[in-house]
Amino acid sequence: MLNYLKLIVLGLITLFAMMAASYARDLAYQVHALIVMLVAAGLFLWTLRRTDEPAAGRDLSLEYNDGVIRAGVIATAGWGVVGFLVGVVIAFQLAFPALNFEWAQGYLNFGRLRPLHTSAVIFAFGGNALIATSLYVVQRTSAARLWGGNLAWFVFWGYQLVIVLAATGYILGSTHAKEYAEPEWYVDWWLTIVWVAYLAVFLGTIVKRKEPHIYVANWFFLSFIVTVAMLHVVNNLAIPVSIFGSKSVQVFSGVQDAMVQWWYGHNAVGFFLTAGFLGMMYYFIPKQAERPVFSYKLSIIHFWALIFIYIWAGPHHLHYTALPDWASTLGMVFSIVLWMPSWGGMINGLMTLSGAWDKLRTDPVIRMMVISVGFYGMSTFEGPMMSIKAVNSLSHYTDWTIGHVHSGALGWNGMITFGALYFLVPVLWKRERLYSLSLVSWHFWLATIGIVLYAASMWVTGIMEGLMWREVDANGFLVNSFADTVAAKFPMYVVRGLGGVLFLAGAVIMCYNLWMTVKRAPAKEASLATAVPAE
Amino acid sequence: METYTFLRAFADSWMLLAMFAFFIGVVVWVLRPGSNATHRDAANIPMRHQDKPAQSEEARP
Repeated sequence: MLNYLKLIVLGLITLFAMMAASYARDLAYQVHALIVMLVAAGLFLWTLRRTDEPAAGRDLSLEYNDGVIRAGVIATAGWGVVGFLVGVVIAFQLAFPALNFEWAQGYLNFGRLRPLHTSAVIFAFGGNALIATSLYVVQRTSAARLWGGNLAWFVFWGYQLVIVLAATGYILGSTHAKEYAEPEWYVDWWLTIVWVAYLAVFLGTIVKRKEPHIYVANWFFLSFIVTVAMLHVVNNLAIPVSIFGSKSVQVFSGVQDAMVQWWYGHNAVGFFLTAGFLGMMYYFIPKQAERPVFSYKLSIIHFWALIFIYIWAGPHHLHYTALPDWASTLGMVFSIVLWMPSWGGMINGLMTLSGAWDKLRTDPVIRMMVISVGFYGMSTFEGPMMSIKAVNSLSHYTDWTIGHVHSGALGWNGMITFGALYFLVPVLWKRERLYSLSLVSWHFWLATIGIVLYAASMWVTGIMEGLMWREVDANGFLVNSFADTVAAKFPMYVVRGLGGVLFLAGAVIMCYNLWMTVKRAPAKEASLATAVPAE
Repeated sequence: METYTFLRAFADSWMLLAMFAFFIGVVVWVLRPGSNATHRDAANIPMRHQDKPAQSEEARP
């Protein structure tokens, strides 16, 4: 019966998308309408072929729903390589402007590719990693199968559609022009639906858990899901100009808009890239080290302190602007207070290895996780320091900021995700071990050296640029023009690009290693579909 | 009193106090005497149920 309802809805969506493609007021909207039409029509046929077929009579509550997590792992690795590749391309576009080819102007120049890179790595790579690991962790720590049956598959494919619409939209010029929230109104609406479904799957699984206690990783994941929903809805309050066009107008304007944007922007860092990934840390580091977390009490205090403080840190992006002074001071103070929970969490992660430090020598996967926590500590030291107004007056608008972001994103988010993928693939595909540990070591060193090259060159160029901008001669005239600083940055831009190449090479090696793990590593059981005996 | 002024005054007085009290309450509750066994048990949750969900109402193996 449900299938008939689905067929009606999918048919209507297909029909509307056809009309929308025909009435479209801009190219991006037209392309998106065609994509939606193809997806809905494909799903219609797929559903039609399954209607009125007898259902397979297996008791699924006896096993975990790992299919959607396998898909998430593949998507994470795939989008990761795409995102890193676009990053390398735009790094070299900055160093060699000729790479902004004349024939691709308006589509593949730096301005169009830059949001593609940030969204691909944060939302496609990071988002898929978070969805996959959160759904894996919530099942294991609740001792229950995912709630909602195939709703988890809707979340997975719905999220991939968001990514495809966002990416094609950027290339074709449909954008809110809000950093990290660029997709236009209909993509925002669709993401809201997908996100509510994600929340339902996650919460539903927690509600039917068999463990009396909710493990701390789930608290972090839950705060990430709930807060991102709130941030996304408020920051994307916009009124579409036409239902057949991608343009929309923001509800907020002026400094309110700026404050809402950076409240969103910094908490995208705080709850997407920190709280969610801390959820990963609190599960995968204990699993890989085969010992429980150093202090469970500290982990609870870490959680509450982090979420109580992070939400206030946004105004430090708006020092010396139209924002009232008290607001930016508030943001600065909370950013500095954040040092405490961040380092508490870092110590908790690192000390989980106490008594097992020898694993660092033998297990490159745990080495990867440990260095990610190290980068977490380093960038959460650097961030509060840069939020101090005196430091910010030097660092803001320079490449120092970009270096800071990448030591956090490549070092912390990237490395912990790689560690989680190396843990997950043998478990999910029921392999005894990874295909090659020496390839993991190669990945580790390529990525680490890549990050060091990246961060170091951006520190040098950022501080140099900041000092050049403020340099005045004896008469009070500025010494350097903007173009002088750009010329002076060239060597560091090349080094940064090379760092990106190393990081990308490491990720490609990882994909090969994971692929060969599935194909070649000795199997644990004869088949993935082994029936679980009823107890 | 206009809404903004009211909310602003409420936010930096009673709401601030309530959130701060909640946070202190969490810390005191976590560090309460006799909680060690509970926390040791919770910390070991990832070490259980790796392969399949718990079957009976009682989760403990």
